[in-house]
Amino acid sequence: MIHLTDIIKSYPLGKEKLVILKGISLTIEPGEFVAIMGPSGSGKSTLMNIIGLLDTPSGGSYLLEGKEVGNLNENDQAEIRSRRIGFVFQSFNLLPRMDALRQVMQPLLYQGWARPKAETKAREALHIVGLSGRISHNPNELSGGQQQRVAIARAIATDPAILLADEPTGALDTQTGHEVMDLLTTLNKQGKTIVMVTHEPRVATFAHRTINIQDGLIRSEEHK
Amino acid sequence: MNIWENIRNALGAIGSNKMRSGLTMLGIIIGVASVVLMVAIGQGTQKSVTSQLESLGTNLLTISPGKASQSNVRFSGGSTSTLPSDDVDAIKKFVTGLSGIEPESSSQQQLIYGSQNTRTSVVGTTTDYPSVRNVTVEYGSFFTEKNLTNADKVVVLGSDTAETLFVDDPSPLGKNIHIGNQIFTVIGILESKGSSGMSNRDEIAIIPLTTMQRRITGSDTLSSISVSVANEGDITYQQQVITAVLMNAHGITDSEDQDFSVLSQADAVETLNEVTGTFTLLLGGIAAISLFVGGIGVMNIMLVSVTERTREIGIRKAIGAKKRDILLQFLVESTILSVMGGIIGILISVLGSWIIKTYFSLDATVAAYSVILAFAFSVGVGIFFGLLPAWKAAKLRPIEALRYE
Repeated sequence: MIHLTDIIKSYPLGKEKLVILKGISLTIEPGEFVAIMGPSGSGKSTLMNIIGLLDTPSGGSYLLEGKEVGNLNENDQAEIRSRRIGFVFQSFNLLPRMDALRQVMQPLLYQGWARPKAETKAREALHIVGLSGRISHNPNELSGGQQQRVAIARAIATDPAILLADEPTGALDTQTGHEVMDLLTTLNKQGKTIVMVTHEPRVATFAHRTINIQDGLIRSEEHK
Repeated sequence: MNIWENIRNALGAIGSNKMRSGLTMLGIIIGVASVVLMVAIGQGTQKSVTSQLESLGTNLLTISPGKASQSNVRFSGGSTSTLPSDDVDAIKKFVTGLSGIEPESSSQQQLIYGSQNTRTSVVGTTTDYPSVRNVTVEYGSFFTEKNLTNADKVVVLGSDTAETLFVDDPSPLGKNIHIGNQIFTVIGILESKGSSGMSNRDEIAIIPLTTMQRRITGSDTLSSISVSVANEGDITYQQQVITAVLMNAHGITDSEDQDFSVLSQADAVETLNEVTGTFTLLLGGIAAISLFVGGIGVMNIMLVSVTERTREIGIRKAIGAKKRDILLQFLVESTILSVMGGIIGILISVLGSWIIKTYFSLDATVAAYSVILAFAFSVGVGIFFGLLPAWKAAKLRPIEALRYE
């Protein structure tokens, strides 16, 4: 499903180049639940952004579902992001001034869905995350856990193959974090491929496989 | 995403920051309102001046001393004395088809009655005045041929002049007033004609021409001759005939040397239309600058808004918005701001022109073309000045936008 070969990412820094990823090769199969771990500055978030097509690699090859996507233009990236990938962020990243239903409808509307269909689909997604009773609440009327559930509902509304979660429990207390992880586990069991970045070993235990990154290289892999 | 979703989003964003949206719109509101209102005032003035001139009679020719310039504007009018009383006789003798001929000699004089006094235009004329000038005597009567022959010291007052002088006296008729150092008897008061915008035609004192020439100016020259043509269709022909007759009387062979001018009301209307047209253009032009400045205000606020909402743009891109979607989002927002501003501006200008009409007795006609133009312009302003901020938003890299705090 995801096949990375020698992925390099560097940024110009004055005359020098700052190399964040120094050659990452990684394969993730459909239906896997993978945790990427590493200290801050290790490059795990950069790797995540490249997998999520939010960023382009400086070198190497990225095959997504058998198609080279490493050097697509912005609009083609957006198209694949929109249809194949769902994002869950540490800080939820909900849109301001919008109730939960509309948050979840937004990616569908960007895909060109008609409003009534998008609304039905969004209600289903909110039902899956257990927020049917909160659909007309704005983000500032929801707790952190509820906001993250809205974000997850938004991520799965478009039926993506892959869920990318960047520190999904980072802004939540232990209890709510656990609930969110349970939800991700359930989604994984229903067939979603999940790639998650975290620095908490306890959260990583939910994954089938943990990849440790340090200084832009994969140091070790653990299978559960 | 379809355009209706964009409009919904934009309305939400505009509504969430009412104060700022209102202030942004204010620039457009003022711009549009001033364009429409200024053009309305310009057009209103033009219309009222034209209709007043036409009410003076479209069969009227006015002969004035001095040379007419190319665009019919007299530059040296009044200052030269090239219209002797003999010209009236020449016209009477050689021109047929006139229904009235009214020579005038006017001068500014002090009028005194009791403790009241006023400075006004005193016009010496003949008995043809009421018919040629289309005025009626409301009280008393106009002077007669006999008064004219005897150079009697009688005066017919305009309604405003009578009111000023006889503010304490309810019956002016038969009373004696001073004009200059002469004593005149009031024999009539004219019906009010209303002001023509430039001069008040009710501030006047009319005396026999002979009295004027012998007792006040001491000269037989005229300040103008007004001629009414029996058949309105002949006006251009009569204009040419009178010009030829007077050139002959003045011994002039080359029309370049002509020392008088014969103007019809149509000529005057045309000249005034030219003047008020320029005036309207000038007012509209100045107002258009304020609309332009309003547009820059929209751009300014939209740029701030893009920076402020960088993170929102990042999120939208992460969940599948394409460049086009973001571009449209901001473009629709700035266009809605401008369109709303434009509509409010038009409503204000309609209200404003009503106020001007009702309270300032100035005609202001909101022209359909200026409304359409101002509206189209404000939509254009919204799109044009929204384009740069929208483009700036659309080309943000999603990863950088998401990292923005």
